[in-house]
Amino acid sequence: MKRRSVLAGLTALLSGGCSKLAETGPMSSLLASAEDWNRGLHDLMGRERGALAREFAPDDISPTFRGNGSVDPQEPDYVRHATAGFADWRLAVTGLVTTPLSLSLAELKAMPQRTQITRHDCVEGWSAIGQWKGPQLSLLLERAGLQEQARFIVFRCADKLGGSQYYESVDLLDAFHPQTIVAHELNGEPLPVKNGAPLRMRIERQLGYKHAKYLTGIEAVASLDDIAGGKGGYWEDRGNYQWYAGI
Amino acid sequence: MKRHALGTRLWHWVNLICLVVLFMSGLNISNAHPRLYWGHWGFAPEDAWLHITRFPGWATIPGYYSLASARLWHFLFAWPFAIGLLLFMIGSLANRHFSRDLVTRRSEWRWSAIKADIAKHLKLDFEHAGSKFNFLQKLAYGVVIFILLPLMIFTGLAMSPAMDANWPWLVDMFGGRQSARSIHFLVAWALAGFLVLHIALVLLSGPIGQLRDMITGGAKMEDQP
Repeated sequence: MKRRSVLAGLTALLSGGCSKLAETGPMSSLLASAEDWNRGLHDLMGRERGALAREFAPDDISPTFRGNGSVDPQEPDYVRHATAGFADWRLAVTGLVTTPLSLSLAELKAMPQRTQITRHDCVEGWSAIGQWKGPQLSLLLERAGLQEQARFIVFRCADKLGGSQYYESVDLLDAFHPQTIVAHELNGEPLPVKNGAPLRMRIERQLGYKHAKYLTGIEAVASLDDIAGGKGGYWEDRGNYQWYAGI
Repeated sequence: MKRHALGTRLWHWVNLICLVVLFMSGLNISNAHPRLYWGHWGFAPEDAWLHITRFPGWATIPGYYSLASARLWHFLFAWPFAIGLLLFMIGSLANRHFSRDLVTRRSEWRWSAIKADIAKHLKLDFEHAGSKFNFLQKLAYGVVIFILLPLMIFTGLAMSPAMDANWPWLVDMFGGRQSARSIHFLVAWALAGFLVLHIALVLLSGPIGQLRDMITGGAKMEDQP
């Protein structure tokens, strides 16, 4: 018993010390820098050559697909659309583009479609496998015409979490990746509300919080600094979630 | 030459710090979803093969539940952990630490020799002439250095969706991302078990001298034949 409390005391000292250390400037910037090292390594190893995420066989699809974060948005606008079966839902493509777009679901479905069975990995640790269908984001961006200054693509969402609007962003490497699609179907059915109806992003080489749900807008920007908390996403603005979520 | 080479000592202490921070931040990460599965996918309680206990704040880094902050600690210390192991391996091949001290001889694998080694251990007799390590030590260090530590790195990498796109064979080798996550957890506890045993044996075999030698390098040893 005594030995156990000595061990507990030692680890408590360590965990308390580390928590304090993390609040100092140098340590917190060192902790943050590993994100750039990881992204740099991943860029070299395959991200830049557009390595594809594994695609699975229909037999591998998990029996259900867990919903996480917002699973039933109560924003009045969203509820109105949901009640109407999302008939009037529109997706805006704006920002640093030559031709801003406003697309209906029918227009999105009329574009060339990509169907992919992929594994979804949550930052918490769990995974699910589902089949997604929708047009590639690159087709939308090519149609709108990206301006030269554009560096990031921001995803605008209809849902609020804890009172704040959800949003996310990726760099152009992931925006133009062939598996990055605007999905409107999961496992052959229109997206369920808990999985982001009527539209959600698939960013297959990154963790689940990058895959913005309840998508209303796609915006090309030169910098993320002036958007919401300035860190490029809802979870990135809260706590220390990394913007590059490939790990 | 000294009992422990400078590279061995440096790696030993850097590796200890890395392992402790990785283990304690790992327990914090485990608290985010305390269930383990086999295969490619898993999320529901009924699919889990293990429901993990919630680890208390005194055992985790940071000392309160924060998945985001724990991930920052985990990914920062993974770098010196992996690079350190690689450099130690290259150095130990070059200075013949592996071939001189860790490689076992055929005679050591004889059951009678193993039994004698176990009996000596139980009597807390750690004298062994002729070689730096006895058979059980070689076995324990060999398993840790060549199996458990590399497994931690590779199962860790296999949990990254970007790495799975870059190196699909890696996650397949473990039978899926959730299997890799389960193995990562099991091997982490195996290493924690090794640490406890290692410290216990240091305490039983003259801890002051052992610690001193692992810091200063210890007395010069005669070259082994």
